[in-house]
Amino acid sequence: MTPAIVIVGAGQAALQAAEALRSGSFEGSVTMIGDEPHGPYHRPPLSKAWLAGEMDAAQLAIRAPDALARKRIDLRTGVRVTAIDRAARTVRLADGSALPYTGLVLATGATPRALPLAGGRARGVHALRSRDDAASIAARMAECARDKLAVAVIGGGFIGLEVAATARKKGLEVTVLEAAPRLLGRVLAPVLCDWYAQLHEQHGVRVVLDARIAAVETGPDGSATGVRLADGMLIPAGLVVVGIGVDANDELARAAGLECERGIVVDACGRTSDPAIVAAGDCTARRLADGSLLRLESVNNATEQGKSAAAALLGVERPFVGTPWFWSDQYDKKLQMAGLSGGATAWAVRGDMTAADGFSVYHFKGERLIAVDSVNASRDHLLARKLLDAGRTPTQAQVADSAFDLASCLAAPALQA
Amino acid sequence: MPRITYVEATGAETTIELAEGWSLMQGATANGVEGILGECGGSCACATCHCYVDEARLGDLPAASENELAMLENAAAERQPNSRLACQIKATSALDGLVVHLPETQE
Repeated sequence: MTPAIVIVGAGQAALQAAEALRSGSFEGSVTMIGDEPHGPYHRPPLSKAWLAGEMDAAQLAIRAPDALARKRIDLRTGVRVTAIDRAARTVRLADGSALPYTGLVLATGATPRALPLAGGRARGVHALRSRDDAASIAARMAECARDKLAVAVIGGGFIGLEVAATARKKGLEVTVLEAAPRLLGRVLAPVLCDWYAQLHEQHGVRVVLDARIAAVETGPDGSATGVRLADGMLIPAGLVVVGIGVDANDELARAAGLECERGIVVDACGRTSDPAIVAAGDCTARRLADGSLLRLESVNNATEQGKSAAAALLGVERPFVGTPWFWSDQYDKKLQMAGLSGGATAWAVRGDMTAADGFSVYHFKGERLIAVDSVNASRDHLLARKLLDAGRTPTQAQVADSAFDLASCLAAPALQA
Repeated sequence: MPRITYVEATGAETTIELAEGWSLMQGATANGVEGILGECGGSCACATCHCYVDEARLGDLPAASENELAMLENAAAERQPNSRLACQIKATSALDGLVVHLPETQE
């Protein structure tokens, strides 16, 4: 049949794959199928500038519809794919129709975990993933501001903390409830976790660590009225935002018999266990050289995997092996992270964490630099990406010595793995 | 509404009327101007909306932040004295008639 590539999903990874197919001179049809009513849009502002009311919805669009049409990318929104028939090479749509493919890209994203407690799905309890989620939260925030109701955030991760910062910006009373002993404890160095807790407290957020949540309390109309902790304490709230992680949307792939393990298992090029099917973005779990699986949920991962997956369908090896990077904006602080900090055994700080200007925290595993978190220090961040890409490692003492030029390490020989 | 002209590396010109408050990156991507990616959505985190601003008009723009200057050092195309990130320039009436040139590559 005529070459036809179908992309399931219409987010960042899907769009990157579609455009990479065209820039890779693919001449067949490209069909991008999204179950949301919107075309590709930027998710990062949903917890920040958009939620704060500083952006129009139109400013969220990544590409104008006619820009997609010019590239002959056929975008179908509000349509769910219900099944993949790998033998027939077709996908089935919710309206019963079937669409044939010669190559298939799965960019199905992820779904926020629901709070598995009483009241976890009450009115006024929201996760934040989609434009529609953000619109619901914004509307409820406005009601809370009007009725002098507070906001409770369950989960002290990036999404929750960004929503907390935005809610404070709008003058709402905010409590962040985190089950772990630290905010952001799985990603940041302990010293930076504590710094973020202080930052939020300085902005008037009440931070409760080691929080054990019993239930979301509801009023007579079924709306959330607060969060009950296991020790009996009630945190009153008219809006409860739940940010306790996401699960990869791998059901379609799983049902079609593709290898899945907390996500669609792919290699560095986005290839699945079926040569005609690739996957990209939040729905994937990448198999690393040592056999372990890596799940990343980030714009950088979505764009790079999208491009790699498209290349793979065109028979081009384009592994995504660069240093992963992430960012989070809270108040006037821009956190930029390079590398993966899991397994760090030591940390070194560059700059003054108590001063207004920027600083960075360097994660070491033994002697080796594995990740760098920079706060209002973009130069440190960009240099960190170069150091990590090149496998170069300064010593902890060099990091802590602000007179030492870390860029000079780029000329040094790489440590052996 | 201020009119902004984008000139792609191929020479293709697109002039759009940009609502005040929209960034030059948003104007380009929403109107399908090639040559600006804006992968991070305007958070000044990716440097894929690098542009060259008409030198004579540089004074009409607010100065670049430290963060923007740092990100520009990492732009894929050659950095020039008139290099800016389009996501950090918001449309105002002072920018009416501005011409920005786009580099050959953003990544």
